[in-house]
Amino acid sequence: MKTTRRQFLATAGGGAMALLAGCGNSPRVFPGRIVGASAAAGHRLRDGAFPAPDETLDAEVVVIGGGIAGLAAARRLDGRRDLLLVELEQETGGNAACGRNAVSAYPWGAHYVPLPNEESTEVIALFEELGIIRGKDPRGLPIYDEEALCSDPMERLLDCGRWQEGFLPQLGVTPGERRQYDAFFARMEAFRRTPGAFAIPLDLGSPYPELDRITMAAWMNANGWDAAPLRWYVDYCCRDDYGAGIEHVSAWAGVHYFASRRGRAANAERDSVVTWPEGNGWLAQKLSAPLAARIRRGCIVWNIEAAGKYTFVDCFDLARERSVRLRARGAVCAAPRFIAQRIVRGLAPAQGLEYSPWMVANVTLDSPPVGPGAPLAWDNVSRRSRSLGYVVATHQNLNPVQRETVLTHYWPLDAQSPADERRRAVARTHDEWCGLIAEDLEETHPGVTGQIRNIDVWLWGHGMIRPVPGFIWGEARRRMREPHGMVFFAHSDMSGLSLFEEAYTRGCQAADALLARL
Amino acid sequence: MSNRGVRLLLLASVFTIATCGLIYELLAGTIASYLLGDSVTQFSTVIGVYLFAMGVGSWLSRYVERNLAGVFIQVEFLIALFGGSAAACLFAVFPHVNSFRVPLYAIVFVVGSLVGLEVPLLLRLLSAQLHLKDLISKVFTFDYIGALLASLLFPLFLVPYCGVAQTGFLFGILNAVVGLIALWALEIPNARALRIYGIGVLAFLVAGLFFSERIVAWSEAAAYGEDIIYTRSTPYQRITLTRHSDDIRLYLNGNLQFSSRDEYRYHEALIHPGLARLRNARHVLVLGGGDGLAVREILRYPQIESVTLVDLDPAMPRLFSTQEILTRLNAGAFSSPKVRVVNSDAFAWLKQNRRVFDFIVADFPDPSNFSVGKLYTTAFYARAQAALAPDGAMVIQCTSPFIARKSFWCVDETLHASGFVTEPYHVYVPSFGEWGFILASHRALAGEPEFPAGLRYLDASSFAELFIFPPDMVKVPADANRLNNQALVRYFETEWGRYLRQ
Repeated sequence: MKTTRRQFLATAGGGAMALLAGCGNSPRVFPGRIVGASAAAGHRLRDGAFPAPDETLDAEVVVIGGGIAGLAAARRLDGRRDLLLVELEQETGGNAACGRNAVSAYPWGAHYVPLPNEESTEVIALFEELGIIRGKDPRGLPIYDEEALCSDPMERLLDCGRWQEGFLPQLGVTPGERRQYDAFFARMEAFRRTPGAFAIPLDLGSPYPELDRITMAAWMNANGWDAAPLRWYVDYCCRDDYGAGIEHVSAWAGVHYFASRRGRAANAERDSVVTWPEGNGWLAQKLSAPLAARIRRGCIVWNIEAAGKYTFVDCFDLARERSVRLRARGAVCAAPRFIAQRIVRGLAPAQGLEYSPWMVANVTLDSPPVGPGAPLAWDNVSRRSRSLGYVVATHQNLNPVQRETVLTHYWPLDAQSPADERRRAVARTHDEWCGLIAEDLEETHPGVTGQIRNIDVWLWGHGMIRPVPGFIWGEARRRMREPHGMVFFAHSDMSGLSLFEEAYTRGCQAADALLARL
Repeated sequence: MSNRGVRLLLLASVFTIATCGLIYELLAGTIASYLLGDSVTQFSTVIGVYLFAMGVGSWLSRYVERNLAGVFIQVEFLIALFGGSAAACLFAVFPHVNSFRVPLYAIVFVVGSLVGLEVPLLLRLLSAQLHLKDLISKVFTFDYIGALLASLLFPLFLVPYCGVAQTGFLFGILNAVVGLIALWALEIPNARALRIYGIGVLAFLVAGLFFSERIVAWSEAAAYGEDIIYTRSTPYQRITLTRHSDDIRLYLNGNLQFSSRDEYRYHEALIHPGLARLRNARHVLVLGGGDGLAVREILRYPQIESVTLVDLDPAMPRLFSTQEILTRLNAGAFSSPKVRVVNSDAFAWLKQNRRVFDFIVADFPDPSNFSVGKLYTTAFYARAQAALAPDGAMVIQCTSPFIARKSFWCVDETLHASGFVTEPYHVYVPSFGEWGFILASHRALAGEPEFPAGLRYLDASSFAELFIFPPDMVKVPADANRLNNQALVRYFETEWGRYLRQ
């Protein structure tokens, strides 16, 4: 391509600017801010005392926490019982939080749901109600709303300096490595086809204690699967779903990732997913909209206790700086367990809970990044990066010409122990985070930094439950599922896997159990 | 300065003015034949107007009585300003005027008169110092040498390496610099004001040189192998119009959209096989087609009450509703009160649309990338279906069934998957090759076509032939194109890739 004079001037000017910047040794400062879960408010649970309630309100049932599990429970209870949902944040949604700027809506966490399995009946019913499933074809396969299905191309991987379609490395793979691919995927397929082996919700599946006891890495070693590209791929998948790689998660969880998906559709391939620009925030908003009048936002629940036939829920209104007591006949506690065991009086702490910290950034760009090889996909990953790459928030847009875009950059903080990573994460300033994010993107797309308009950062201190060996089929998780008096629990950490289907089903089940006891 | 010095300077001015003057004339002639075609006519008329204007300028010189040197320099700056920016201005106004000849001859006339004014003034300035025979001999020698230099530089160096607009600015700058030197050397009253004026002109021309886009980059013109008469990058695409004698071609992002020699075949085939069978059609929707050529065919039916054209790029309908050559091509389609233009993305527009149309034309670019591929999916056709009257029909341009056979039948399969009945057909367009279309409707179209008057290709017998697919183009199995598989883009890439590599 011929350089026009104007381009040349722009380049020369930009070069000069870069030189000047280099002289001053000051990296570029990006506009944006750190947003996200109210860690400070949450830490008051650990540190501070709350004022005694000066007002008592009656509600038949109270749902604590407005993530997917809480919204599912509230949705089930709504219309049947007088209901109140208490949420710490200003928005419900939990891990399915989302945001919006002038360019696009974008997710802050969970951003897709795979085609649900037949046994995920609650999720299928929800999808039918929301119009995501439009009907059935003559073979009985669900017909999905095409605009909700992830548009093609879905995934691409930067490896050996070139973008390829799909995440499984293909360039420079030796025949020996390919044989390991075949053996690994044949084994996963065998698990997948075994009835009752791996299911969603996972409690419908089988324990396989020998898989639950060891890490995915150890299990792969035992099978002789040492091919670097295969290890990278499986590690990537585990980090993507669990926030921790094959050295940390159990082999059961690792196999579940590959062997549990059996969802089918009349108009999509088996590995399809449904997604929206705002990710699962779309679902969260559909769930919360009919509940709007029953949701109290910005309220931190600090005490849940039983007294006689009542369950009292004490919450502190962050805006009004005062506590309110809710008198209910029962409650669904849809907060994560590490919170629940601080606020439910008399609840024994569960052992061995580990939560993966995450950083999610939304990066607004003047133009979509490209690169050699396969064109821009929905999910874009570089094999050399420690981040999980980025998802293009505008991918589902239907207009043919896209200029500016938002990339959601996912980064599980798993280099050190979760506690250490959490400390490091909160200590970093916005500029420091931007430096790390820009460096990571620049490595993937040289020159992209100049296109960045804004970077917002969200820190998830306890992003998701980590399925470490022994947790999923251990004693702790079994006990987490039991109710405590008239307090029923609902959260994906009770499954050990942070999946939409688990959270949603837990919410429905807790509501049903509560209704049965009222 | 010595008399000898002043004399030499003035003769150098004659030389520059002669060179620059001829360059401006050649520029105008080149642009005229570029944009309007027929170079013999354009060059003759431009030279004629220019020489006549020089005569007018010479005649006007008699009215200059005082301050000869001051007027001479003032005129020099005016020549620099008008002559230097003429080429860029002509290119800039071309898409926006109904008759390009008016600004063309106006600017040629202005520059010609100024140059014509300049030579007699020079003669008079030098007459005090030279005998008449020496004066005439020297002035005309320098004049003709300058002309020779210009006529050689122009085709061999300037147009290939500088481009037309830049050449104009370059010589304007030369003109202005010579004027400033003369201003410094001669004794002129009010020199300060003139100097500011001259420096202003110089600054304007330098800015023009640096910031005007290279309007006709030689490399680009060479790639097309035709004269580029208009090119512009909009936020959506690069629009390029070329001319090769009487053939006007439109390219979007380098892909041929039509050739004026045979576009009637394409557009008659696009519109009439469907619309000629919809006697009750009143309201038509055109998606894409910002050139207005499909609208021209639709407006042949007097019963049509409204045509809604949805095109993403506002630059297209604007260009095709103002430029004379182009409005002649689309028969002024956009000035019809029946036509309403909406600048929007077709997918987004259909999503919010509640109107129902009797005939829908989907005339999108070929599905060469994932973005455009979305406009050929079951999701898109589901939206179009909602906007189609129960007994209406939709026609889709679907690339070449000869080169991209699977792509063509993929669109057919996609329409079937969306619940349409289809009638695939094809036509031979010399500049494109075999080209395919598909008519889609809720139920099979009945009845014989009633073609409007004035068609050049379609009649009862050529209509019947459209639907015959020889063995090398008959149906092949293909997947339906969905947002989540983009099968069409993948077929298209493979098939056209194979064809273009041959």
